[in-house]
Amino acid sequence: MNARASMTEDGARKAIEKLARAETGRLLGALLRDTRDFQMAEDCLQEAMASALEHWSRNGLPAAPAGWVLQTARRKAIDRFRRDRNFDRKAQEYGVLLDLDQQTAASDDPPTIPDERLRLIFTCCHPALENKTRVALTLRTLCGLTTRQIARAFVDTAETMAQRLVRARQKITKAGIPFEIPEPEHWGERFNSVLHVIYLTFNEGYSATEGAAPLRRELCMEAIRLGRLMLELAPGNAECEGLAALMLLNHARAPGRLGKNGRIIALDQQDRSLWDRARIAEGQQLLDQALARGQPGPFQLQAAISALHADAPDHQSTDWRQIVLLYDALYSLVRNPVYLLNRAVALSYADGAEQALEALCAIEAELDAYQPFHAARADFLRRAARPEDARLIYLRAIELSGNESDRQFLSGRMQAID
Amino acid sequence: MKYLALIYAAPGAGPDYGTPEFGPYMDGYRKATDTYQSDGVMLAGEALQDSSTATTVRVRNGKTETMDGPFAETKEQLGGFYLLDCPNLDEAIRYAAMIPTAEHGSIEVRPIMEINFDQ
Repeated sequence: MNARASMTEDGARKAIEKLARAETGRLLGALLRDTRDFQMAEDCLQEAMASALEHWSRNGLPAAPAGWVLQTARRKAIDRFRRDRNFDRKAQEYGVLLDLDQQTAASDDPPTIPDERLRLIFTCCHPALENKTRVALTLRTLCGLTTRQIARAFVDTAETMAQRLVRARQKITKAGIPFEIPEPEHWGERFNSVLHVIYLTFNEGYSATEGAAPLRRELCMEAIRLGRLMLELAPGNAECEGLAALMLLNHARAPGRLGKNGRIIALDQQDRSLWDRARIAEGQQLLDQALARGQPGPFQLQAAISALHADAPDHQSTDWRQIVLLYDALYSLVRNPVYLLNRAVALSYADGAEQALEALCAIEAELDAYQPFHAARADFLRRAARPEDARLIYLRAIELSGNESDRQFLSGRMQAID
Repeated sequence: MKYLALIYAAPGAGPDYGTPEFGPYMDGYRKATDTYQSDGVMLAGEALQDSSTATTVRVRNGKTETMDGPFAETKEQLGGFYLLDCPNLDEAIRYAAMIPTAEHGSIEVRPIMEINFDQ
């Protein structure tokens, strides 16, 4: 008897976890539209999920689980409004909720869930919030990740992450960050902020090394999921397609990028048969679609570079000349010296290490404290048959390395000079 | 919602009185104030005298203590404020960005806490 009851509870728990992952964005968006209160929407959703566990363990799943949760959460909100001491201020929202509840109660159909996820993501990625907070909040509200999961991904404690999320919700409510799609004049800038948050999420996973890698790879998957969601919510945006393509193309190469011991394998050493051809094809197709719109942007250009790598049967036959040109275009849009560094690397394969060394002079002052700059210079010196100079610069790069994995990689390269 | 836009600038960072840049700078303030008024968001707005005129007041053990200052020489100082009534933070930011000092100093936008004393 007991065993059977706990099995149903287990089943209900699994169903709720699945629902949370798939529907949190929609449910929260709908609740936020009705209550206009971020903290309250989240609290009511949590309470409704807890209530679902109790009811569903007893009676099994309802016909429309998500609708059930929405209706229950709305009732929790109605109840809170009634108990609120500053009730007057929320009278309008209370009326809306009451109407919605009565409509649902009068019909046999579950409530339809409006799709407010675009508004929700604009709120979570608002420029008045710090970057890391934007990422965390987006993962929590649109991807339905638990605070614990997000904390693990950032290598934070659950308490620290919980505090960050609480502060963010309070700021949204108290500072009046709107639950709105931005005005046309700010649309471009705000939309880019959303894309940037998604790319940060991806890179948080992609740049992870060593121990945290398997956990962090989930972040790449979440970012791709968000990228796909944006394609659905804002169709026809070239940079949005470019970002999705970039993430798919980079992620496709991930299986060849990490060695058995968790060390990063350089592009020229990777086993290209491990790359995920289906993802490459999908990324490629999205990129073609984006480029056909004739609205070039940084994500599309980076995706185009990634596509050239993915296309090449081996390192040597990569179209380095084209990559040099793409980095030129990228730098003309975004004046980031790191693009010139990457351009120099491509140039070293297109024209030779001597030319690449010359190109580095222009960015030497700006990137002096940047480890990859010295790693690249050391590599060029090695290939230009200047082993003594190369060794010195490798030492400088090793000195600037932030993690063990990078240090080992560079030491390996230095020892291979002779 | 009500927002207080606090206007901060480092001493000497803005155009000085008597320079050709000063006129357009003050015009910028007039234009901003006109916009706030015609949009119906303006509740109040004032410029403050120099921070060298400031007096700090404390009450300790029931006794009032006063002190000259603070005169932070190098830091950004509070130079004025607007109190604006806006529907949300985006609007408040849009209006705050019209304040000419935003171009060399910074504007801190703070929502006003609503306190219900009847409860």
